[in-house]
Amino acid sequence: MRAMVYRGPYKVRVEEKDIPPIEHPNDAIVRVTHAAICGSDLHLYHGMMPDTRVGMTFGHEFIGVVEEVGPSVQNLKRGDRVMVPFNVYCGSCYFCARGLYSNCHNVNPNATAVGAIYGYSHTCGGYDGGQAEFVRVPFADVGPSIMPEWMDPEDALLLTDALATGYFGAQLGDIVEGDTVVVFGAGPVGLFAAKSSWLMGAGRVIVIDHLDYRLEKARTFAHAETYNFAEYNDIVVQMKKITDYLGADVAIDAVGAEADGNFTQHVTAAKFKLQGGSPVALNWAIDSVRKGGTISVMGAYGPMFSAVKFGDALNKGLTLRMNQCPVKRQWPRLFEHIKNGYLKPSDIITHRIPLEHIAEGYHIFSAKLDDCIKPVIVPDAS
Amino acid sequence: MPYRAEKPERRLSSNDLRARIPGWGADLDPKDRPAVPKERFDPGATGARWDFPERQEEKWPRERSIEHQFLTPVFGTSAPPKGLSGAMRKYSYKKYSEGRAAHWLLLLAADRVDAWESHLRSFASLRPDNPITETGVRSEFTHRGLSSRFGRKRADVNHEWLDPIIVGAPWAAAAAIAAVAFRALARRRA
Repeated sequence: MRAMVYRGPYKVRVEEKDIPPIEHPNDAIVRVTHAAICGSDLHLYHGMMPDTRVGMTFGHEFIGVVEEVGPSVQNLKRGDRVMVPFNVYCGSCYFCARGLYSNCHNVNPNATAVGAIYGYSHTCGGYDGGQAEFVRVPFADVGPSIMPEWMDPEDALLLTDALATGYFGAQLGDIVEGDTVVVFGAGPVGLFAAKSSWLMGAGRVIVIDHLDYRLEKARTFAHAETYNFAEYNDIVVQMKKITDYLGADVAIDAVGAEADGNFTQHVTAAKFKLQGGSPVALNWAIDSVRKGGTISVMGAYGPMFSAVKFGDALNKGLTLRMNQCPVKRQWPRLFEHIKNGYLKPSDIITHRIPLEHIAEGYHIFSAKLDDCIKPVIVPDAS
Repeated sequence: MPYRAEKPERRLSSNDLRARIPGWGADLDPKDRPAVPKERFDPGATGARWDFPERQEEKWPRERSIEHQFLTPVFGTSAPPKGLSGAMRKYSYKKYSEGRAAHWLLLLAADRVDAWESHLRSFASLRPDNPITETGVRSEFTHRGLSSRFGRKRADVNHEWLDPIIVGAPWAAAAAIAAVAFRALARRRA
């Protein structure tokens, strides 16, 4: 099969690999019809995530058709069209039994501090991802769902991570009616978090970024009030000014490890990998929220320490909530919202790239060329 | 303003927002949101029919965090450790817990060694690494490389000049070292 393969920082190529075998009785092999590049794939691509090995295939956002099932699989059969959450999880451990699917303890031998994710380094279990023609899906009776007939495949693709994570980010904010919500980052997850904040009753939604084309999308797609931080000497002061010097009730960090806007933090973290991520966005969130407010973090950070302004968070009495999204818990409600026309996730897709051109796809997304917001990879495995 | 007790007045009422934004308030009740409460004991909800999953076959000594009691029943098999980088990885997993910076820094160092080992190995193969095709840099010419960056107030342009140095400097250093070694060897023979 043809698959994207990591060759070292900033380098990927398409190679011929063996079709993955069934390795466990509850495995399925899925033929990928659509995959996406996620902003958090860029952390791997840039060499930020420890134990990202040459030869690995990335891609935790994918949908496809079941090609083969292991002997104990009961819920799926060959030919089923499935959407696969980015979390690999067993469904039966202490954490899965409590709905914490992203924190499963039975699928990631490499670490206990993080669950397992398709195509996301050995720190997240060492599973190959879906930017390929075929992918191994463990616990096929637990993770995947059969795609509803009425669902647009590109909407289904975005439900495997970006939309579910954005919605989860708004949930972690514990928004109550009328709250002012500030979202840092207008990438796919930030856009969905802003949109979801309205569903939860926000009174005002503000989005911060430095890319005008993404802020334009935040205005049209997510009805948000927007600010380009590059236009302000100090975006925190601007946030205070526009909230009557109170601060926002909720701040959502939808940026994660490669936050820009502070040269030193960015260079030590994103460039020289000496922190688990550049905490610029998280620190701005801590500074911009009101005392007693809530910070929601679902931007992806690495496992190492980061220079986070914890003292300010303490002194302001903040609630910090964070996790990887337990995707499948969100699906029934998000299916309803899509059906009702409240959400149209595929509206954010800007680029559709054949698998053979994936190196260009990564570069375009990473360097933010051509007003790229969300690139989708089409393996064309037929 | 925060100097008085009342919250500042909202510009738009809930009714205004409901009229303007499709689905506004559909999930207004915090208790009626999908992942609330965060933890809800319901093992039957996942589709798992096992108390503890059957174990996947371990085809090589699979590295694992020492914070785990045993090898998890299911694991990825993407890229088994090999070469010097593999030895560094195995050492890091065997020696240090996830709580130690040494664990992660060793793994990151192993990643760099792995990239170099793989580049060198590729030069002995029919498909050597190609920095033009593998970095996707050609898209700079096909997808508005210049106009996407300049005159657009992008904060990241301030440090993008570092990228070619970070990527290219190790190659340049290796080439310089090779040249010096070659000259020294040539001088010794002469």
